[in-house]
This record gives sequence, structure tokens and C-alpha cells, in this order.
Amino acid sequence: MVGQGNQRKGLKTRKQQRLLVLSAAVATLVGAVLLVLFALGGDSLSLFLQPSDVKAKQIAAGQHFRLGGLVEAGSFSKAEDGLTYHFTVTDCVATLPVQFKGLLPDLFREGQGVVTEGELNAEGVFVASTVLAKHDENYNPPGTLPKSADQCVHPGDAPYQALDQAPDTVTGR
Amino acid sequence: MHRFANPAQFNRLADAVMPWAMIATVLLFGAGLYYALIGSPPDYQQGESVRVMYVHVPAAWMGMFIYVVIAVASFVALVWRHPLALLAGKAAAPIGATFTALALITGMLWGKPMWGTYWVWDGRLTSVLVQFFLYLGYMALWKAMDDEEKAGNAASILALVGVVNIPIIKFSVDWWSTLHQPASVMRLDGPTIDGTMLVPLFLMAAAYQVYFIVVFIWRMKLEVNNRKLSVMRGSGMEN
Repeated sequence: MVGQGNQRKGLKTRKQQRLLVLSAAVATLVGAVLLVLFALGGDSLSLFLQPSDVKAKQIAAGQHFRLGGLVEAGSFSKAEDGLTYHFTVTDCVATLPVQFKGLLPDLFREGQGVVTEGELNAEGVFVASTVLAKHDENYNPPGTLPKSADQCVHPGDAPYQALDQAPDTVTGR
Repeated sequence: MHRFANPAQFNRLADAVMPWAMIATVLLFGAGLYYALIGSPPDYQQGESVRVMYVHVPAAWMGMFIYVVIAVASFVALVWRHPLALLAGKAAAPIGATFTALALITGMLWGKPMWGTYWVWDGRLTSVLVQFFLYLGYMALWKAMDDEEKAGNAASILALVGVVNIPIIKFSVDWWSTLHQPASVMRLDGPTIDGTMLVPLFLMAAAYQVYFIVVFIWRMKLEVNNRKLSVMRGSGMEN
């Protein structure tokens, strides 16, 4: 009887040991991987740079990178050849003019996100070889207002909530 | 815990749950598909393409949920030597891999017209692809060894190592700049999806969940029977 009791106790301890070792191993591994990811920093794992990053890093002309941000409202124009587009990408801090020749995706529009790939030219214009449209987190029926505002709110603009009373301001995009 | 370790107990529970889960699957898929395809409005930006979301988002959720199920089952199997837990992970893995593949494929089909590309190597897309490979690796390890228990242990350790990928998938869109949109449902300030679109999304998520329960029970029974068969064969050879 005593021997059986000890055996049961021994078994229990082995289970507890396994529980402890495995929990510690998983916690250590998760912690280590997340620390490595944070040590690498957001930059190397991020898909694109924003205009203020580009200014801060003083990226030289001719260096290939991805630029992302919002297409500034009122900045879009089509050149006379009908194929080249000009627009400004903003992160609400800095802006960068972009030039692109090609087909724009369906979701491309002013005030919405965009991810472009290319390089700066000597004049400081970002010449894009690809333009991808970035969808934001809002899903709404036509004629309603998105819940979360991605647009840059400029001083003097009506606060976002106030727009709730005038739903027709967005539909006419 | 050990009540469920008994295959007879498991079979009784499974047989009780099964008919209800099957009825719920049919009803929820019926309602979910109606609201996803007909009974909900188009999106103000995407138009009708928004309907891909009702297939894509619940599939991505299920891919992550089933991975966590496998990881918990692996943990229980390794610590408490719980034979049914080991089989639960094995039974769930192909279902989770399929949901992850469905999320990847529907995402690509949506991405081409909306983003302008099928694929970019951003944090979200890459981490979900890694999850798909973790599923494949888990299933491959089960097949890699003749000794079922050794194979199960090796696969369980891989499942636990891959758990780190779950928070990476979830927060990839917050930690790094990505092409994939940020969270729309599970966010601190509440969903940014209109109520008319949340109805089909949640119906489809519930339909996927009960569908998973049905297929999971089927596959569990299969694994339990396979195990019984190999034990019987083993004892037969001894005689």
C-alpha cells in the first residue's frame, strides 16, 4: 500500500514536472520570438515607408523602395497622354508627389490608402512602377458614413462625428 | 479531464452532439449564404466584391482557432499523456489547413481586383502562409514515423512551437505597415463593419464553427477506430 502511494505520488510529480517544463519552454519561445521581432524593428518588417519616413531617412534618388499613405484629396490629375497620373501621397505629416504610368486598381481614389513601388527622381518626385490600392477597415452600405476616419483631419475641418447628420457628403465621391 | 480520456465516453458525447451540430450546420449555412449573397447591401467602396469577405474572414478565423485547438490538445497530450488529446490534434489538422487555404485563396481572388495584385509579402499575408505551412508540417510529422506515439509527440512539439505565430498573425497589421487592412471586428473601439454586414459575417462564422464540430467528430471517431484496430491487430499477432 505504501509503495503504491509513493508510486502515485511519483507519477503526479512527473506530470507536474512536464507541465512546468513545457509551460516554461512555450513561454520562453514565444517571448524570445516576439523580442526578436521587436528588436528587428518595424522598419525591416514593414511593407512600405510613409512620406515622413522618406524625409527622415533622406533616401537618395534612384533607390528602389515602397511608398505608402493616403492619396491626398484634390491632388489627383491625369496627364495629356491619358496614361500618366499624378497624385500626392500623404501620411498627414509629410507629403510626396507621385507619378505613375499604367493601370490603377479599382479601389484607387482620393482620400484612400495606396501602396506604390518605385524610386525618387532628381526632382524629388516618386516615379512609381506599381500602384496598389489599400483598403481600410470600414465596410459600409452605399450612402452611409464609415465609422473610423482614415482621412487626415485638418484643423478647421468639421469634426468627424458631425458628419453623421449629412450622409450625402460622402456618396458624391 | 480523464472522463473524456475514455473513448466510450467520447463516443457517447459525440453521438449526442452530432445530430444537433448537423442540423445547425444546414440552418446556419442556409441563413448565412442568403444574407451573404442576397440579403446584405454592397459596400460603398468595393461594391459587390465585399461578399468575398463573408467567406474569407470566417475561414481565416477558423484557421487560427483550429490551430489553437491543436496546440491545446498537443499540450494536454504531452503533459498528461492523454491519448484522445493526441488524436484530437491529428483529427483537427486537415480541417484547419483547409480553412487556412480557403482564406489564402479567397483573399488572393479578392486582392487582384481590389488591391491590384494577388499577393504581396506583407506581415499579414506572410504570417498566414506560415500558419498553412505549420499545418502541413504537423501533418507530415504524423506520417514521418512508424511509431504513432513518437510521431504524435514530435508533431505536438511542432504545434506548440508554432503557437508564437498566432499573435503575429493577429497583430501583424498593427505592428508593421501592410497592404492588408487592419482589424475590423476585434478592435478596442468596436467593429467598423456596418450592422447589415455583420449579420452575414457572424452567421457564416457560426456556420463554419458547427461545420468544424461535425467534421471534427467524424474524424475523431475515425482516428479512435483506427487506434482500436491497430491495438487489436497487435494483440492478434501476439497470440
